[in-house]
Amino acid sequence: MKSKIIRRGKLHAEPLIFHTLNYVFLALLCIAMLYPIVNTIAVSFNDGLDAVRGGIGLWPRAFTLDNYRTVLGMHTILDAFWMSVYRTVVQVVTNIVVTSMLAFALSRREFKPGRPIALIFVLTMYFNAGLIPNFILIQSLGMVNSFAVYWVPTMISAFNLIIMRTYMRTIPEALLESAKLDGASDFRIYLQIVMPLSKPVLATVALFVAVGAWNTWFDAFIYNSGSQRLSVLQYELQRVLASAMMQGQQSSQSSQAAQAGMGLSMVTPQTIRATITVVAAVPILIVYPFLQRYFVHGVQLGGVKE
Amino acid sequence: MGITTSPGVSAKKRPWRVTFKKQWQLYLMSFPMLFYLLLFAYVPLLGWVMAFQEFRPRFGLSPIGQVMSNKWVGLENFKTLLDNSTILGQRFLQSVVNTLGQSLLILVLGFFLTIMLSLLLNELRQTGVKRFVQNVLYLPHFLSWVIVAMLASTALSLPGSGGFLNDFLMKVHIIDRPIQFLADPGYFWGIVAGTHLWKNLGWNTIIYMAAMTSIDPNLYEAASIDGANRYQKMWHVTLASIRPTIVLLLIINIGMLLTSGFEIQWLLGQGVNIVRSENIDVFVLRYGIKMGNFSLATAAGILRTVVSIILLTGSNFVARSLKQETLF
Repeated sequence: MKSKIIRRGKLHAEPLIFHTLNYVFLALLCIAMLYPIVNTIAVSFNDGLDAVRGGIGLWPRAFTLDNYRTVLGMHTILDAFWMSVYRTVVQVVTNIVVTSMLAFALSRREFKPGRPIALIFVLTMYFNAGLIPNFILIQSLGMVNSFAVYWVPTMISAFNLIIMRTYMRTIPEALLESAKLDGASDFRIYLQIVMPLSKPVLATVALFVAVGAWNTWFDAFIYNSGSQRLSVLQYELQRVLASAMMQGQQSSQSSQAAQAGMGLSMVTPQTIRATITVVAAVPILIVYPFLQRYFVHGVQLGGVKE
Repeated sequence: MGITTSPGVSAKKRPWRVTFKKQWQLYLMSFPMLFYLLLFAYVPLLGWVMAFQEFRPRFGLSPIGQVMSNKWVGLENFKTLLDNSTILGQRFLQSVVNTLGQSLLILVLGFFLTIMLSLLLNELRQTGVKRFVQNVLYLPHFLSWVIVAMLASTALSLPGSGGFLNDFLMKVHIIDRPIQFLADPGYFWGIVAGTHLWKNLGWNTIIYMAAMTSIDPNLYEAASIDGANRYQKMWHVTLASIRPTIVLLLIINIGMLLTSGFEIQWLLGQGVNIVRSENIDVFVLRYGIKMGNFSLATAAGILRTVVSIILLTGSNFVARSLKQETLF
């Protein structure tokens, strides 16, 4: 209260200049963050031939839905979209089940092996065997070109585990004790007391995992590139980008995907690229309001621990 | 405490069978995951022996049989990598230079800009405006690297392909002819730093902002009474209070100097700019997975890990001897 009064009282030239400059700077920064995204959305709604003239800003110049009709008519893109959805759901479910169970066991102070197990997990945050040894392991487990490679090696992350354990430790001991007095087993305490009380942290971790799962392309690229059926959306996007890079920026045959759509209507590689980018980003943009809140919360929880 | 420990008998003295009988469900919830982790995070470490062998893939052998049948070559692979007289060695050393250049640029720019941005955000008084700005600044963090690379490749292309950066620079007359940013190796480190900043600058302020909210308001008041102006308060109160956070993050970042990301370099690295784009991660992928030279790629990975650990413990040691916050 008092500090506010003091600050108000000093509202003259110096703070005014500072605040103006601050607002201008932050506004410019916001524009820099948003412009590429909005511009891509505008291009995705713009006529292909018209877009070649360049100079499209924040709004489509010659509005059309042809780009979306073309992209959503491509089987590779559509199948990859659903594969992305599928792998995201499976990864979220397995992660939540496994991480919460382990976090519950590790959050119990009377469980003696809890500390060494936690340490073994935390250590994995600081080293990694590297690409090749991991590749050989996955290969020898027979997981190349399989759906399993999407969710089995990624079932648990040390960071999420620590966040959950930290949160579960804040649940009052007395609650668990009284449940035990009533004869509840550890499983029942986990399912009926700890899980319902942990909803905020479960949501946070679920969103962490979902964003990671949706955004990844590397496992599809390294392990599943031999199977079109298992391709995910980000990997298809990467292919479109790669062939665009390969052919150079002037070429009209930027990608197979774009070729498939050519001739059908006035679409060009440029507008098709923009459209696929938007399709790959839309799920994230839709859930962004939730993401933002829970993610910040999660990072702060993690920060407390480290 | 109460139920689990019977009075008078400490937990240590009870035979483990008794505890196990009581806690078997907790064991069941944790031990399978322990074995899972040992398999997926620790077993691959055994693959490091490949770095000291000459790896020749043989059909129909288990990984263990494979390793047993390889020829041991000692430090030969490391020597090849560090040998400046061979093409391979030059290529690896160039990838080390690129990694360092890219990540130093990210570290130096990112570090100052993040702290500066946190300070500026902290000075915003209207919570509505502040929340809006934060929402916008955090957004790019959630987009995948492929999307970021796609946006960057569009932004940096020629105006006819939608290159709005060239458009803008020409409109304000900084340049009169469009620049082929991706075809000129000289720009690549800057592109790497720029994309990293675009994606994570806003997001990285969170930790500093969290540290700033825990500063005692009385400190600002006391400083005002002592006649401190805004900038003095930012320097002597805000920055001084978050110093432990700054030092900790600096130590962690120095430990990561040999990691400059992978996606931008792989996705936007093409023909001409490879001399500046190929970093250690890309080198490992190209020579390991794509060309099948497992031993060499593993050796490169080990070199990187060892140097990273030295950097991490080294900066930690320096911080400790300067009486600063330390990581461990």
